[in-house]
Amino acid sequence: MAERITKNMARNIYFGGSLFAILVFAGLTFDTVQKVPELSNDDQITESVASGKNLWEVNNCVGCHTIMGEGAYYAPELANVFDRRGQADEAYFKSYLQAWMAAQPLPNNGRRKMPQFNLTEEQVNDLANFLIWTSRIDDNDWPPNIEG
Amino acid sequence: MKYSSQMVAKPYFIFALILLAGEILFGLILGLQYINGDFLFPEIPFNVARMVHTNLLIVLILFGFMGAAYYLVPEESERELWSPLLAKITFWVFAVAGVATILGYLFVPYATLAEVTYNHLLPTMGREFLEQPTIIKIGIVLVVLSFILNIGMTVLKGRKTVITVVLLTGLIGMAVFFLFAFYVPDNLVLDKFFWWFVIHLWVEGVWELIMGAILSFVLIKVTGVDREHIDKWLYLIIAMTLVSGILGTGHHYFYIGTPDYWLWIGSIASAVEPLPFFLMVLYAFTMAKQRRIEHDNKIALTWAKGTAVIAFLGAGVWGFMHTLAPVNYFTHGTQLTAAHGHLAFFGAYIMILFTIISYCMPIMRGRPHGNGPKAQAVERASFWLMVIGMLGVTFALTAAGIAQIMLQRWPDTEALGFMATQAELIPIYKVRFAFGLMVLIGLLTYFYSFFVKEPEQTQS
Repeated sequence: MAERITKNMARNIYFGGSLFAILVFAGLTFDTVQKVPELSNDDQITESVASGKNLWEVNNCVGCHTIMGEGAYYAPELANVFDRRGQADEAYFKSYLQAWMAAQPLPNNGRRKMPQFNLTEEQVNDLANFLIWTSRIDDNDWPPNIEG
Repeated sequence: MKYSSQMVAKPYFIFALILLAGEILFGLILGLQYINGDFLFPEIPFNVARMVHTNLLIVLILFGFMGAAYYLVPEESERELWSPLLAKITFWVFAVAGVATILGYLFVPYATLAEVTYNHLLPTMGREFLEQPTIIKIGIVLVVLSFILNIGMTVLKGRKTVITVVLLTGLIGMAVFFLFAFYVPDNLVLDKFFWWFVIHLWVEGVWELIMGAILSFVLIKVTGVDREHIDKWLYLIIAMTLVSGILGTGHHYFYIGTPDYWLWIGSIASAVEPLPFFLMVLYAFTMAKQRRIEHDNKIALTWAKGTAVIAFLGAGVWGFMHTLAPVNYFTHGTQLTAAHGHLAFFGAYIMILFTIISYCMPIMRGRPHGNGPKAQAVERASFWLMVIGMLGVTFALTAAGIAQIMLQRWPDTEALGFMATQAELIPIYKVRFAFGLMVLIGLLTYFYSFFVKEPEQTQS
């Protein structure tokens, strides 16, 4: 196969092919950016949700957990934790999360440990709002079941 | 060695190898934490050890790429490096910043690290693989720019070859895509979408160009094959890489809130991604078969063939395994992803560094024909220890991933929870740890090969 292709042909395939791929990708990127606000309920990103996302980041939560399947695989998926633990009740979920965060690290022998992050009540509330917002993103019905 | 400035590559290679030892060590710590959650808690929580593990990997690959470029670009361009002094300064700046970052992760709580580095002014921390404080990210940009300036000026002023042009394209692409690390929107979906512009377009895009260029350089040197032939292969490989790899980014856009047309585009484009890796295997073995010289440095050619094969298995085969959207629906974010990641990174980016180091370290140490037979035999043993070790880790993680899917993901009712599933997988994680130890022993054997004394004899 390689014998029939000259170096110039190979170079043209490289330049032409890459240019084609870049143009298609750029077009799809443009379109995706237009569609994401609706798919993710961008209008529901309150100050509290944004602050929750920042807390998610500066405490490196993704270093153990996944969120929509991305992150480390050491601790449970959290994009659907509101569906799993919240009983469809935002107030219930918030009080659950307050108690859960305060109880860390759990004393169970040998169980994977979550550090104590010493967050304030307001911070845990923001985190809860961020996770509730995340649970409503249209992510093509992932994960397959409630366990994440 | 044809030009004295090529010597600046040496500290880059040595430092990359030291970081690799640290990377594997922290991998083993993580492996133990998978078995016993109390291990090193609360001294080194899992997320901290993982940051150290992955950030060391990225930084060591960058050091290795830089060393490779500083070595091969003068030789290809047929002139001295534009500024050896700048290369030395860059080395120290990058090394100090890298070590400071790792120490920061280990000794300062991450939230405090964010606070003292003024993350709130331009928040970029806390995203996977891009955990570095913003100020360090800016430092990385400056280091990479000075590196590209040095390499670019050398290429422009000297003989231009396909290898140097492809290498430079890869390096510039790497710098451009890294800029997306500074874009952190409040919308998690957009955040993730552009995060992949750094991660995917590096690993499955521009880094493959750099890998192809390094592999081609070593193949020319150790096989003596005609350059025209090499150039043609290289163009075909990187054409396939970019055509499949750029649109293949779509395989990350299945289940993160992006439009559903990515299910099709990502599946189709990334189904082609194994092809460039397969071409690379054909390339390495064809060049070895058609070789015109018998280079005494046999182990460098072994690494060159090895990197092509393991990259094909890790990136190609293990990538394809879960890249189609209906399959990925069940495998996304399981240990199967970890299996693929480990073998792909090792095959493509660690073994290519061993390839170039194995070729040029002996030359820089005054042995133009490569190390003696005894040292090469030790290095060959280290090759197999590391390759078999990594394959073992990969098979174990694959088994863990399949078990995880069967217990936690597949059942509609009575699926096991995440933590309960993980408890079931501990025996498999023990096997993974044992193979991880084998990789470490392989690396130590490799280090030992540097110190093997040959019996006195005259060089032929």
